Formats: sequence, C-alpha cells, structure tokens
Amino acid sequence: MKSCLVVDDSRVVRKVARKILEELNFACTEAEDGRQAMEACLVQMPDAILLDWNMPVMNGIDFLRGLRKMSGGDQPKVVFCTTENDLAHIQEALSAGANEYIMKPFDSDIIQTKFAQVGLL
Amino acid sequence: MRVEDFDMFSTLLKQRSGLVLTRDKAYLLESRLMPVARKWNMKGLEELATTVRTRKDEALLRDITEAMTTNESSFFRDQKPFDQFRQLVLPKLMAARAAKRSLRIWSAACSSGQEAYSLSMILNDEAAKLAGWRIEIVGTDISAEMVERAKAGVYTQFEVQRGLPITMLVKHFKQNGDKWQISQQLRQMASFREWNLLGDLSALGQFDIVFCRNVLIYFDQPTKAKVLESISRQMPQDGVLYLGGAETVLGITDKFKPVEGQRGLYSLGGFSAAGAKVA
Repeated sequence: MKSCLVVDDSRVVRKVARKILEELNFACTEAEDGRQAMEACLVQMPDAILLDWNMPVMNGIDFLRGLRKMSGGDQPKVVFCTTENDLAHIQEALSAGANEYIMKPFDSDIIQTKFAQVGLL
Repeated sequence: MRVEDFDMFSTLLKQRSGLVLTRDKAYLLESRLMPVARKWNMKGLEELATTVRTRKDEALLRDITEAMTTNESSFFRDQKPFDQFRQLVLPKLMAARAAKRSLRIWSAACSSGQEAYSLSMILNDEAAKLAGWRIEIVGTDISAEMVERAKAGVYTQFEVQRGLPITMLVKHFKQNGDKWQISQQLRQMASFREWNLLGDLSALGQFDIVFCRNVLIYFDQPTKAKVLESISRQMPQDGVLYLGGAETVLGITDKFKPVEGQRGLYSLGGFSAAGAKVA
C-alpha cells in the first residue's frame, strides 16, 4: 500500500481528499500546514504528497522547496492542490519541483488521473 | 411521458443520429428534452412532441438530436490508445508513407475536440521527425455546437484537468480569465466539420488513422455494421481504426480485423504490429 500525506489547513478538504485517496488504496496521514508536513516527512517520507498552497505557519511552496533539499526529499511525488489557478503560480510550483498541479475545486476523477499520470497508480 | 411520444422521439433519434433509446431511458429523454422545450417556449414535452409531428422544423429537430447525443470527452482519454499511437502506429505509418510524406487522421464524433487536440500535442512533440510532412487532423461531429466549441479550443478549468498533464497545459494553453485556450499553432493543425456518421462519408476523403471511440456503443447492430463499413471505404488497407474499450468489430463486420496484440486497434488487414517495440 502506498502512502500519501495530505497537507491542507482546511479540515473539510483533508477529509474529502482522504476519502478519495483511501478509495484509491493509499494509506493517508494529514498535516495542517507546511511545518507539520515537514515534521511528518522527517519521521517518514511518504510516496505521495497532496499539497495546498496557502496555509498558516508555512505555506505549500516553502514546504516544497524545503522538502526537495531534505535527504530522500526528492522521492515523494508532489501534487499541488490549490485555489491558485494562474499560469504564474503553476510555473512557480513546477520549477520548485512539483510533479502535478490540481486547481480547486477537484473531484475524484481529477485526483485519480493526476496521480496516474505521475505514476502513483 | 406518453408512450407514443417516447416512441416517436426514439424513432426520430434513431433515424437522425443512430442513437438507440430503449424505454428504460425515458428519464434521460425527459431530462435532456425539457431544456429544448423551454428554449422553444413550449410548456412541456407533450407540446414538443405535437410540434415535431405537425411541423418538420429542421432547427427544432436538430436541437432535439443534439440534446440527446453524449458529449463526454477528455484529453488523452484512457491514455493507452495515445501511448500506442505515439509508440507504434505513428512510427509504423511514417515508415510506410516515407515517400508520400503525408498522413491524415480522423477524430470521428470528436465532441469538443479534446481527442483531436491530444493528437496534435503528440504530433507537436514529434515535430522534429515530421519536418516536411503534411499532417492533417480532421474532427467531425453531428453537433454544430460541439464543432464550434472544438474550433474555438476554449476549455473550462475542469476540462483542462481531465487527462491533461500540467506540463502540457503550461506548454500549449493560454489562460483567459477562468478559461484556457489551446495555442493557435495547435488549433491550426486540426480542422473541424459538422458531419453525420450515418451519412455519406466519401467527401471527407481517405484517412490513414481513424479514431472512432465510444461511438458505436450507442448504436444497434445494423447501424454499427453500416458505420464500420462506410468508415472502411475511407481507409487504405494498412490504415488503422481505434475503437473504445467496450467496443469491437467481432460479430459485426468482417471488413476490419483486430491488430494482433494491440487492444482496441483494428485494420483492414494490411497493418501489423510485428517488429515494433511497444510497452
């Protein structure tokens, strides 16, 4: 079973995403912001990270840059999942090392195809 | 809905689009035709049925047909057929057409154009190998509205996330508010025309590669056979036909034969996957 860390400051979004991912056979853990996500990755690197952009304490893009510098931090496939839907944000995410990018709102179909495209399914 | 109205609508749809509607689909007919009735300022489906019976208004009949046809589509739908296209079909046919240096591709029942544009993205990736080639992608659909949408190449945020890798979005689309438009370069690679698959296809010309996926499932056996046979007349012996995952030619026509080892791929007999390296 592959693991996925769901990082979003909204409990509702985490819950919805978790349900979709569990149906796709992922073992899920959750983090409320980039700092918590960083701590989770220090304990164990997940196979996948579904990542929000705007969060308190540490945002998604800063977390991603930090992650990619960590030992083993090049391993997880990172899929952004954010309301930021302009080209500039998408390009910034890709150059920081994101593997895919989902613009909210999302549904299970979008998560499934994006995860398949980066080779997680 | 009255039974005689249902029967009248289903006969009309069968004649015009080949769509087979059994009585258990009455709810579908009702939910799709109510907006048509409203558009034409009618009270409901009874008035719509009466109008169809008494007055053969082509515009109204067209609206009814369009409302009932399914327009589901996504970029790189099912993925595998497109990998197969890139790795097997394209190299094989490029070798076979090396002297002519021309390929024609048909996206039959193209809906809003995602299949045709997925192909143009692949061909764009292969542009270096295709320098000096004449490549034509033609999309056809029974719905005038869909053909217009395909030509415009404008998609919602939702649509561009279905099947399209983010790198392709960044590379080939321009953002305009909450919509995304495919680049002019890619739009120029494809042309779109309103066309009924049940009609005469000869004016469309010959195609080396035909995508007709998830179309036959809506037809009954004789209609499937008729459409497959008219498609076969538009293809050379070594051309290939793509059908959807739930579709086959077996038991319907002997014109097409499955390409050995390649799911969903058919030819008139002159295409072989042998010797190709395919995942």
